[in-house]
Amino acid sequence: MWKESSVVATMASLQRPDFMPYQNNGGTVVAIGGEDYCIVSATTRLGLGFAIPTRNVCRYSILNNRVVLATAGMFADTATLHKVIKARVKIYEEQQDKPFGLHSAAQLLSNTLYYRRFFPYYTFNVLGGLDEDGQGFVYGFDAIGSGEKVKVVCNGTGQALIQPILDNQVEKKQQYENKQITKLSLQEAVDLIKDVFTSAGERDIYTGDAIDICIITKEKGVLVETFQLKQD
Amino acid sequence: MSQFNGADGGFQFDLLERNERLKEKGYQVPVARKTGTTIVGLVFRDGVVLGADTRATSDTTVFDKNCEKIHYIAPNIYCCGAGTAADTENTTALVSSQLELHRLNSGRESRVTTALTLLKRMLFRYQGYVSAALVLGGVDFYGPHLYTVYPHGSTDRLPFVTMGSGSLAAMSVFESKYMDDMSREEAEKLVYEAISAGIYNDLGSGGNVDLCVITRGQTEYLRGYAKENERKFRKPQGYSFPIGTTSILSSRFERSFVPTPFVSDPENSSTMAVD
Repeated sequence: MWKESSVVATMASLQRPDFMPYQNNGGTVVAIGGEDYCIVSATTRLGLGFAIPTRNVCRYSILNNRVVLATAGMFADTATLHKVIKARVKIYEEQQDKPFGLHSAAQLLSNTLYYRRFFPYYTFNVLGGLDEDGQGFVYGFDAIGSGEKVKVVCNGTGQALIQPILDNQVEKKQQYENKQITKLSLQEAVDLIKDVFTSAGERDIYTGDAIDICIITKEKGVLVETFQLKQD
Repeated sequence: MSQFNGADGGFQFDLLERNERLKEKGYQVPVARKTGTTIVGLVFRDGVVLGADTRATSDTTVFDKNCEKIHYIAPNIYCCGAGTAADTENTTALVSSQLELHRLNSGRESRVTTALTLLKRMLFRYQGYVSAALVLGGVDFYGPHLYTVYPHGSTDRLPFVTMGSGSLAAMSVFESKYMDDMSREEAEKLVYEAISAGIYNDLGSGGNVDLCVITRGQTEYLRGYAKENERKFRKPQGYSFPIGTTSILSSRFERSFVPTPFVSDPENSSTMAVD
């Protein structure tokens, strides 16, 4: 004897097939804030399951000449989020006739993400740039807008591999008695980023192909450099 | 029941009931390492060429960048394995052992079809739970042979075959470039291209290309035939930590055990092992 409830369940599943709005495209993003520079970098591989649909996507957006946003996670949401943020920044700058600050951008991003609290953008963001004093700072966010102002951050599929090295090398974590602690120069920071991405590319299948490195300085604004990783 | 009651062959299942109970209580079952893989085989004029990538993955993490996926079966027979790493290694080792005993009993070279039958019987018996997807190749009395064996025990006999998560990428190379009666050089190059297609287009495959060329009376295992995925960059200044980086909280000195040097006895020197 069949039960009515089982029929209702069957009908429901027939009428409304599984709604799968998310996909994971992988990717890793890293940002380092220095004394007078900031670096924001992102991988260019777009992964899907065991396939590589594209080897050269752009995961970062230059919001203005001192703020850059980079995002890992689902690429369709990344594209939409960047479009929304860039539009809001542009409207602000046109209306107020002044550049959008780093900390304002962080607040805007947090609000935009939390607005989708119960149907989030599947994105893991880092925001980097120079503050009013020309000092480099970065913000790391989760998918629903919880963020923190820090000196160094990594997000995405390579996070577990990269973040501990950055903590040790940039913030000198676990180096309790190191008397020779010095601040990283811009060149040292760029080399460190290239090194940690190369290492992550060895062990994380979604990290590879290349990285875009955005270097933000007061004098030169935002310069972008591409660095090749392994293609396998 | 004795824990040695599996001595008559086959797996032991005596922990199954306990594990099912643990699963109900919410304990996580450990996952086996699956190798996302590209493996291929190709018959040419004088024999067969087997090929494999060298990446072993667990979920999205690369566990081994240079593992061996072409397994020894007999001097004239080798076998590429895809699927669960433990299953491919143990299945091929078991069949290899059975064939060696068979050779010692019969005094004849092993035949590929014998290896095939042993493999498919074992895999069929375990109804697909032994997840080994194999490419079996070799040259015997009847000439070159190439087969695929699926985890449930079905087999194919074909002039060119591919297996694993990179099988589609590799097969597209074979389908566009395979010809009957190729030379050894042509065959090696085509297998290399097929494995490369898997390495670059399938995230489960990567690392180096291994080949194994089997001809009548000769087997060449070409480990690291191509190494195109070595690390490209290292930070020029490296990483250094001056002495004192880690603080010493307390210290204590003790005399360590000093072993007395071993003196061999000339009377019984032949029975002594000096290490």
